[in-house]
Amino acid sequence: MEDLLNAIILFSNFVLVPATAYGAQLALGALGVTLVFGILRFSNFAHGDTMAFGTMVVILVTWWFQSMGISIHPLPTALLALPFGILATIGLLLATDRLVYKFYRKQKSPPVVFVMASVGVMFVMNGIVRFIIGPNDQVFADGERFIMKARDFKASTGMAEGLTIKVSQALTLGIAIIVVIALFWFLQRTRTGKSMRAFSDNEDLALLSGISPERVVMITWIIAAALATIAGTLYGLDKSFKPFTYFQLLLPIFAAAIVGGIGNPLGAIAGGFVVAFSEVTITYAYKKFLRYLLPENLEPNSLVQLLSTDYKFAVSFVILVLVLLIRPTGIFKGKVL
Amino acid sequence: MRKLLLATAASTLIATSAFSAAHEINIGIILGYTGPIESLVADMGPASEFAFAEVNASGLLLGGRMINVIIGDSTCIDSAAATAVAEKQITADNVVAIVGADCSGVTGAIVSNVAVPNGVVMVSPSATSPGLSTIDDNGLFFRTAPSDARQGAVMADVLMDKGITEVAVTYTNNDYGKGLADAFEASFKALGGTITISAAHEDGKADYSAEVGALASAGGELLAVFGYADQGGKGIIQAALDTGAFETFLMGDGMKSESLIEAIGPDLNGSIGTQPGSDSDGTAMLIEMLAGVVGNPTGPFVAESYDAAALIALAIQAGGSADRASIAANIMNVANAPGEIILPGELAKALQILADGGEVNYEGASGVELIGPGEAAGSYQEYEIIDGAFVTQRYR
Repeated sequence: MEDLLNAIILFSNFVLVPATAYGAQLALGALGVTLVFGILRFSNFAHGDTMAFGTMVVILVTWWFQSMGISIHPLPTALLALPFGILATIGLLLATDRLVYKFYRKQKSPPVVFVMASVGVMFVMNGIVRFIIGPNDQVFADGERFIMKARDFKASTGMAEGLTIKVSQALTLGIAIIVVIALFWFLQRTRTGKSMRAFSDNEDLALLSGISPERVVMITWIIAAALATIAGTLYGLDKSFKPFTYFQLLLPIFAAAIVGGIGNPLGAIAGGFVVAFSEVTITYAYKKFLRYLLPENLEPNSLVQLLSTDYKFAVSFVILVLVLLIRPTGIFKGKVL
Repeated sequence: MRKLLLATAASTLIATSAFSAAHEINIGIILGYTGPIESLVADMGPASEFAFAEVNASGLLLGGRMINVIIGDSTCIDSAAATAVAEKQITADNVVAIVGADCSGVTGAIVSNVAVPNGVVMVSPSATSPGLSTIDDNGLFFRTAPSDARQGAVMADVLMDKGITEVAVTYTNNDYGKGLADAFEASFKALGGTITISAAHEDGKADYSAEVGALASAGGELLAVFGYADQGGKGIIQAALDTGAFETFLMGDGMKSESLIEAIGPDLNGSIGTQPGSDSDGTAMLIEMLAGVVGNPTGPFVAESYDAAALIALAIQAGGSADRASIAANIMNVANAPGEIILPGELAKALQILADGGEVNYEGASGVELIGPGEAAGSYQEYEIIDGAFVTQRYR
């Protein structure tokens, strides 16, 4: 019985908790990508760097708050700075839309032109972020780090295995749930949300019924900016901020959006967790876990690791390819890419 | 008449040049004055020249012969260019020995292609690749820098002395990390230790929880981290502490940095590590001597560069001849016991002892002791982190 409990705790500590937090971060990122795809009909490659930009503003404001002694202990100060980051990112995305994408919309350019334009935007944002905050690691998490520490858990329960839950992990999950509920309420219940869904379903019909396309586009960018900044900040709080890693996040985020069914918000969330859990469970070494569960004579000698952790990103690729081959619409029916 | 004058002039010229050739000993220095480590060489090169200048100033080398230094550029990365430079020094300048080269790749190229065919001794101050230990050198290649393999052995000893026999290993995914991890694994296993897992990690990622998950599952009394303090090494340690996977760490020389202690905090207390360094008086003495001569006397491989040059000069004196074969035969004799211990700045004393038929044991600035195939035994500082500071335990 104790062995079984230990196995569960071990699994939670190294797989369940980190993968859930990572999944929530991916889901928020994928929601932004899927929303832009649903309304504007192109894959926004600049999303990862939009996240980096938003997070950068949050970090700068956080430092400013810290220098003035403002804090919301035990929560990280970054939460207080989040609205400023969102506002700045909204400004950036609306400016980008006006300067870049609006031109191509007027031209009625095919989606691939938009995608290429977004790659250009990605490089520009990349440069802006590196120019302002530099390419290095930035640590901006403050406040309490842990809800539960492995050492304390072991001491209080007497178990052989410890369980760690970080404040950032709990925050990630909590904020992600709130954001998702708010987003769905907005899309389902409000007039603007309904007009966005109508626009996504059938552009011409929506135009005929008097929906202003520019307004829908603007609101899409605003929501995308908010989602990107929140996802980026949560990721940065949980791990660390480095412009290059945000660029790398693009792959799992796209994998998540496509696995779930791109254009479908529900799919983005499911996809985020599918990708996160496959990355973590496939690269986890189950040796110790199985030791607790199996009788002594069956205990494994090897690590029981399906793939070395070097191949973490490859998992996203494989999932992406498999989904595109077998079920191009994704888990929940999204648009066929 | 004019012809006669010309001939006389010419013969005088030849005679003087022959005379100077008889009295000056040409020695080459081949280091990467351009290329990836040019900033290090800016201090290493002058340190070697400084040793030769010290010898010349004493006027004791083979009864007053002078060393003439010929400088060449190894480029650090271009083997063809480095080989050409060595070829020119050996055939045209007739050097009797070479200080260099610096980077392991070009060093290997010069040894096999030029030095061995011509029977010229090379003493490298900075090539640390374990591969050079087994290079086919006819006893002509020496180095005052330890092989990375040595650090692995030192760390295995550190653990064994503490009674730790089961560890997990993670290394940064490049030649340095892999080489060190392999060396450590071999030594540790030879001493009866168990490596539960040896896994690479990539630098520059935000999240190392998956890597730590695998390491934790394999288990072990502590985690050996062969990475960089401001890169993946830090991320791994942070994640391992956060999840409670490991509490103490063994760290390679890339990990010793104040920034690490700053980033991780008190949880790092109790972790141990190694770092090249020696407690010999020589290091401090050389730093003092070189102040004002080179930009950064404490820089990497500066002490080794001085020692490499000094060894060559002493080997010439010990053999009583600036003959290539004689130098090769005497390097080990002057570097190791028995004999009078020689520190930097005491080259004149050493030359005198050797001239009188005595023996010297050159310790120099880096505590030179050549082992096996003629490479530095390597002196390492073993430290433990106590109350947020690196505290030296001992030198090995």
